[in-house]
Amino acid sequence: MFENMTIGQYYPTSSFIHNLDPRIKILFTFVYIILLFVIDNIWGYLAAFIVLVTLLIVSKIPFRYAIKGLKAIIFIILITVALNMFMTPGDVVWHWSFMQITKQGIQIAVMMAVRLVFLVIGTSLLTLTTSPIDLTDGLEFYLRHIPFVKKYAHELSMMMSIALRFIPTLMDETHKIIKAQKARGAQFDTGNLIDRAKAMVMILVPLFVSAFRRADELATAMEARCYRGGVGRTKMKQMVLKRNDHIAIALIVVMSVVLIGTRFLPPISFFK
Amino acid sequence: MSNKEPIIEVNNLKFKYPASEIDEETPTILDDISFKVNKGEFVGIIGHNGSGKSTLAKLLNAINIPTEGEIKVKGMDTKDDNNLWDIRQTAGMVFQNPDNQLVATIVEDDVAFGPENLGVPPEEIRERVDACLETVGMSDFKRSEPNNLSGGQKQRVAIAGILAMEPECIILDEPTAMLDPNGRKEVINTIKKLNKEKDMTILHITHYMDELIDADRIIVLDKGKILLEGKPKEIFSHVDELKEIGLDVPVMTSLAHELKESGYDLPDDLLSIEETADAICQLK
Repeated sequence: MFENMTIGQYYPTSSFIHNLDPRIKILFTFVYIILLFVIDNIWGYLAAFIVLVTLLIVSKIPFRYAIKGLKAIIFIILITVALNMFMTPGDVVWHWSFMQITKQGIQIAVMMAVRLVFLVIGTSLLTLTTSPIDLTDGLEFYLRHIPFVKKYAHELSMMMSIALRFIPTLMDETHKIIKAQKARGAQFDTGNLIDRAKAMVMILVPLFVSAFRRADELATAMEARCYRGGVGRTKMKQMVLKRNDHIAIALIVVMSVVLIGTRFLPPISFFK
Repeated sequence: MSNKEPIIEVNNLKFKYPASEIDEETPTILDDISFKVNKGEFVGIIGHNGSGKSTLAKLLNAINIPTEGEIKVKGMDTKDDNNLWDIRQTAGMVFQNPDNQLVATIVEDDVAFGPENLGVPPEEIRERVDACLETVGMSDFKRSEPNNLSGGQKQRVAIAGILAMEPECIILDEPTAMLDPNGRKEVINTIKKLNKEKDMTILHITHYMDELIDADRIIVLDKGKILLEGKPKEIFSHVDELKEIGLDVPVMTSLAHELKESGYDLPDDLLSIEETADAICQLK
């Protein structure tokens, strides 16, 4: 049932991008998402495309891994395309009863689809090149600077890393429970949807009981190791920006300038 | 072998869980317990399930507080909240389940967890982590994920995590109960090494007698009371009493005991295979 599940989708290749500080990569992703909604003509999309391809090549991540994330949102893309295509008013190129397709509609639909594809590939680059634990450290840094949230920054990141630590453990446990229930005659693969949902209860109840027990023991063990929240705590691994990180920041600035600059280039329309 | 400076002092300890709405009368878990653990000693506490040995461990680490009597860790009373973190740093604790005490996703980060909580400067944590992983023989695994390690290895990482806090005493609460025989051997050898080479005070709580053959002293708990206390040889000579409270006596001791009952003249305090073989060879 869970054979193909991995934590996150980290793909280690020790490239330039992999070795960057996680904070820089989060910054890049954030800026890139904003820029995708700033660009508004073919030059902008071209530039965004070049950025993406360059990153993919530098990160040495196989193309098929990078586009894996698209599978999950294929429906969203299709719906967006359909809505934009049929709902945009303008010069009609085709119509049948109440439905019509306009030039402007096609243009917006294509742009929207491309934008979504870039968005997904761009953000998966972050999780593909950053291990979950680095990602957590990076996020903690940013959380510490957001008002209202900063009080809980340490707790949130501690929760995330404990969750990461226990996913494989609980996964093993789930396998054991499934086997144990099968040995008692439980059937998980037959019956209709409701039967199967009911069968899940047989797995979930013991799993929850065990998870609570583990949480209790872990809390005791953490207290025994003098854990008392984030106050007065130090970290062994300090995040220090290295030379490559500074180069990356410069590149992000260049990318932003170029992508914003494309707005001022003359647009090309495909429909004369 | 050890100077007589006590690290842990337990005086007339009595403990019962506080009464709740459901149980108005809670049973007494520990009753009239007194003992001392001196610096550099290897003390074993042994008892069957329900003898109160795990509760005792939690009391020593100030996770629970005595109902009556007192516990002092290096002179600090566990009842005083101000001492809490000092006590836990002085007397580090290793638990039974290796999975439920590792916090981080990477071995070296987990070892760093304790010193990080204590606010040790980053460079020093690095040194401590490397040294402690070396001590428990897990240096090669410092970048591994805990879930890829065997039970024995996880437990050694947990020991390293405690060592990194630089405690003066390590309390081990049944660290081998969930391990296979190889894992048990790894952990026991690590504990013995710490005691011999680093002069670490060890309080080892277990229900396997053979793990305590090399201990300086053994305390036998039964139903919340101290039944016996003494050197391993003295303790193991009470074969019938120990069997009565459900403990397994080391195989050689048991063998010698039965031979003796069948009329052979063997000493009471045989522990190792060599000793027993020698003794049998000397029979006429």
